[in-house]
Amino acid sequence: MPILETKGLEKRFGGIIATNHVSMTVETGARHALIGPNGAGKTTLINLLTGVLRPTAGTIILEGRDITALAPHQRVRRGMARTFQINQLFLDLTPLETIGLAVSERLGLGGDWWRFVGARNEVTREIAETVERFRLGDVMHKRTATLPYGKQRLLEIALAFACRPQLLLLDEPAAGVPEAERHELLATITTLPADVTVLLIEHDMDLVFSFADRISVLVNGGLFVEGSPEEVARDVRVKAVYLGEELDA
Amino acid sequence: MTPVAGEISSYLGRRARWSPLEIAFWIFAFATIWLFPGKHLILTETAILALFALSLDLILGYAGIISLGQAAFFGLAGYFSGLVAKYGLINDPALALIASGMVAAVLGFVTSFLVLRGSDLTRLMVTLGVALMLGEIANRFSNITGGADGLQGVNIAPIFGLFRFDLFGHTGYIYSLVVLFICFLIARRIVYSPFGLSLRALKGNSLRAAAIGMPVNRRLVAIYTVSAGMAGMAGALLTQTTAFCSLDVLSLERSADLLLVLIIGGTGYLYGGLIGAVIYKFLQDWIASLTPQYWQFWIGFVLVVIVLTGRERVEGWTAAVRAWIAGLGARFIARPARLRASSERH
Amino acid sequence: MLTILFDGVAYGMLLFVLACGLSVTLGLMNFINLAHGAFAMAGGYCTVVLVNWAHLPFALGLPLAFLVTALLGALLERTLYVHVYRRSHLDQVLFTLGLVFMSVAAVDYVMGSSQQFVVIPEALQGQFIVFGVGMSKYRLLIILICGLLTVGLQLIVAKSRFGSRLRAAVDDQRVARGLGINVGAVFTLTFAFGSGLAGLGGALGAEILGLDPSFPLKYMIYFLIVVTVGGTSSITGPFVASILLGVADVAGKYYVPKLGAFVIYVFMILVLIWRPQGLFARTTSR
Repeated sequence: MPILETKGLEKRFGGIIATNHVSMTVETGARHALIGPNGAGKTTLINLLTGVLRPTAGTIILEGRDITALAPHQRVRRGMARTFQINQLFLDLTPLETIGLAVSERLGLGGDWWRFVGARNEVTREIAETVERFRLGDVMHKRTATLPYGKQRLLEIALAFACRPQLLLLDEPAAGVPEAERHELLATITTLPADVTVLLIEHDMDLVFSFADRISVLVNGGLFVEGSPEEVARDVRVKAVYLGEELDA
Repeated sequence: MTPVAGEISSYLGRRARWSPLEIAFWIFAFATIWLFPGKHLILTETAILALFALSLDLILGYAGIISLGQAAFFGLAGYFSGLVAKYGLINDPALALIASGMVAAVLGFVTSFLVLRGSDLTRLMVTLGVALMLGEIANRFSNITGGADGLQGVNIAPIFGLFRFDLFGHTGYIYSLVVLFICFLIARRIVYSPFGLSLRALKGNSLRAAAIGMPVNRRLVAIYTVSAGMAGMAGALLTQTTAFCSLDVLSLERSADLLLVLIIGGTGYLYGGLIGAVIYKFLQDWIASLTPQYWQFWIGFVLVVIVLTGRERVEGWTAAVRAWIAGLGARFIARPARLRASSERH
Repeated sequence: MLTILFDGVAYGMLLFVLACGLSVTLGLMNFINLAHGAFAMAGGYCTVVLVNWAHLPFALGLPLAFLVTALLGALLERTLYVHVYRRSHLDQVLFTLGLVFMSVAAVDYVMGSSQQFVVIPEALQGQFIVFGVGMSKYRLLIILICGLLTVGLQLIVAKSRFGSRLRAAVDDQRVARGLGINVGAVFTLTFAFGSGLAGLGGALGAEILGLDPSFPLKYMIYFLIVVTVGGTSSITGPFVASILLGVADVAGKYYVPKLGAFVIYVFMILVLIWRPQGLFARTTSR
């Protein structure tokens, strides 16, 4: 069963159609990449999937259940988490607190007002695991605002990962990361557990083609081409779209 | 447990523990009962103001909700406690205190939905509007509330039937201090809990908070309700310790003074309201002895000056002073040095 | 009942003249100026001094109230307000609240705390009876003056060059600056004008609203309601909101005296629940 399915997903802003009848499927365990020229509507699609935007038409089905009407935080509980293209972090909190928060929320302890954070061993164990996986150990006590951009980006992904999603949506994870820090980031993404399905939006074609086992191309809000990396790389139309050439009729 | 997990566990455990400075603070606070026997009346006012400020710090400093209307909860509970005492509905003050707090909490719960949506301005408007509306109600129904003359004929029974309120305010002060301490304990638990952490997170970035599965609105409603309850208890304390309640408990001035207290003391670390209340009362006492009538002018002046100088700068100074005092405290009280992470609000 | 409507409209238009300066400041500079009512009070007291004590004619007292308050506004804007524009809304609230407290106490000290009445010329006292409806001459004058002002404002904003500069600056400050518009001067002029209008409203309204040192505090909520309900991106928004509010308040106080004042609060809360950005806000987010 596919982990995610959209049927005829549409989003209009007045007269502008940002998402044009997108029907796509993401298989469980896949490394699925979503590419397309700027303005194609990739982030809009992610926003629709995560509930930040309400679709004007269409449905979204996660693990066989219709989540179209659910609020963002409810979708996270159903197993879908995302990262943002521009870091959305808690700047005044430390990475330790940030991850600790996500773990607590996931374990249903977010509303606990009596015990202190870290009173439960499973919480601290998980925080430690996540911190180590994402190489944040040396900065975990520093205020997020003071971290270098590469570390912040790692934290961005770590935070989504700490929600232990079945489906992880990464919105341009490599965006803005300086060359020197890219390696760490890419290593972290490629070593994500196999049981987490990843939907990746990226412009960096090296990352896309080395990481993905399936690619969807989005153009002007609609699904243009879909297939394996080899198929997409060979497709003349994709090249034309990216280079702005005229398409043959 | 891996070494990292162990380190994290002990760090978090240490953080939640009472620091020597905190313990010293409260020992001193309770010692004032015996150290300043002649000042119990003004100390009671200070304790009440501190509790009131604590309630605002919870929503302003931790959850980021700007409110000009805490006086609504303060005043509602103030009148409620006065009325139940006057008409003998609830005789024991402690019981009445809890009941008044709950009434205020209900109002907080009902109005919390108004502060969830909209911008800072909307929140200001709504909180201000609710407070002014209550003030208007209190004014109109002067046959119940006593209107501009205030609620008359309030007789407060002894606490638990044992501790009678006296003219010098001894019972009143001890009562207020104990209530303040209990509420502080609750607030402290909240702040170091996952719930408290979630508040700080949603204050900083509510979009991301929702994106990690946090039911943001539920948390806001919860803390707003708790804060309203505490503000209500402060109001009830005022009525019970002075056996009087008048319209100024619902006034804009009261909400504004509260903001000033928190600015002076600093927000987001719980002690800001307490310290700010003490400094504010000192200021008020001093200025009132110079120009009794135009206290309002000087309050306004201080507000303007603080904003022009820059609240962050003022907060920076108070933070520096706090750090210096904490440094002194650490030196004089022999305890192994604690891990001071930059995340600790000092 | 028509008298109530008439009174309500007069009250509403007065509220509009008083509040539109606040609306423009908020929309233009994203600045919450709770001290707006203090300018209205200044205008009122200015007229009291000029008309009652210096025995200037009423017709002169009004424009002078406008001028004096406008100058005061310009002065305060250049010296104090300009430092607080970039601060958070909380800071702006605290700052302007501080100014309100200072002005209230200062006026109390200088003029005393009792209510002041402006001496109204004989020609404006009394009423006209038109088709059996009593119309107070003074309120008629208010409707006239405020109506003309509203039309004038709309024309200035929509048709004049200053108006287009203003609208540009409201829409996007950075771009406006980039186009060579002197945004600082636009701010000062607009603030001064808005304060002047408030002063004029205060002078006109002294008779109806009651003038005493607590005026800014009493009426702050009304101005805020007008701005919240009417939105800040047009002239018509606050205008309609003011009229609605004026009629609702007068009618409420007449028909249900005990609860009359709550009508506006309930109205405000209902609107805010339904549309947190106000009834007339633009759909584009800031």
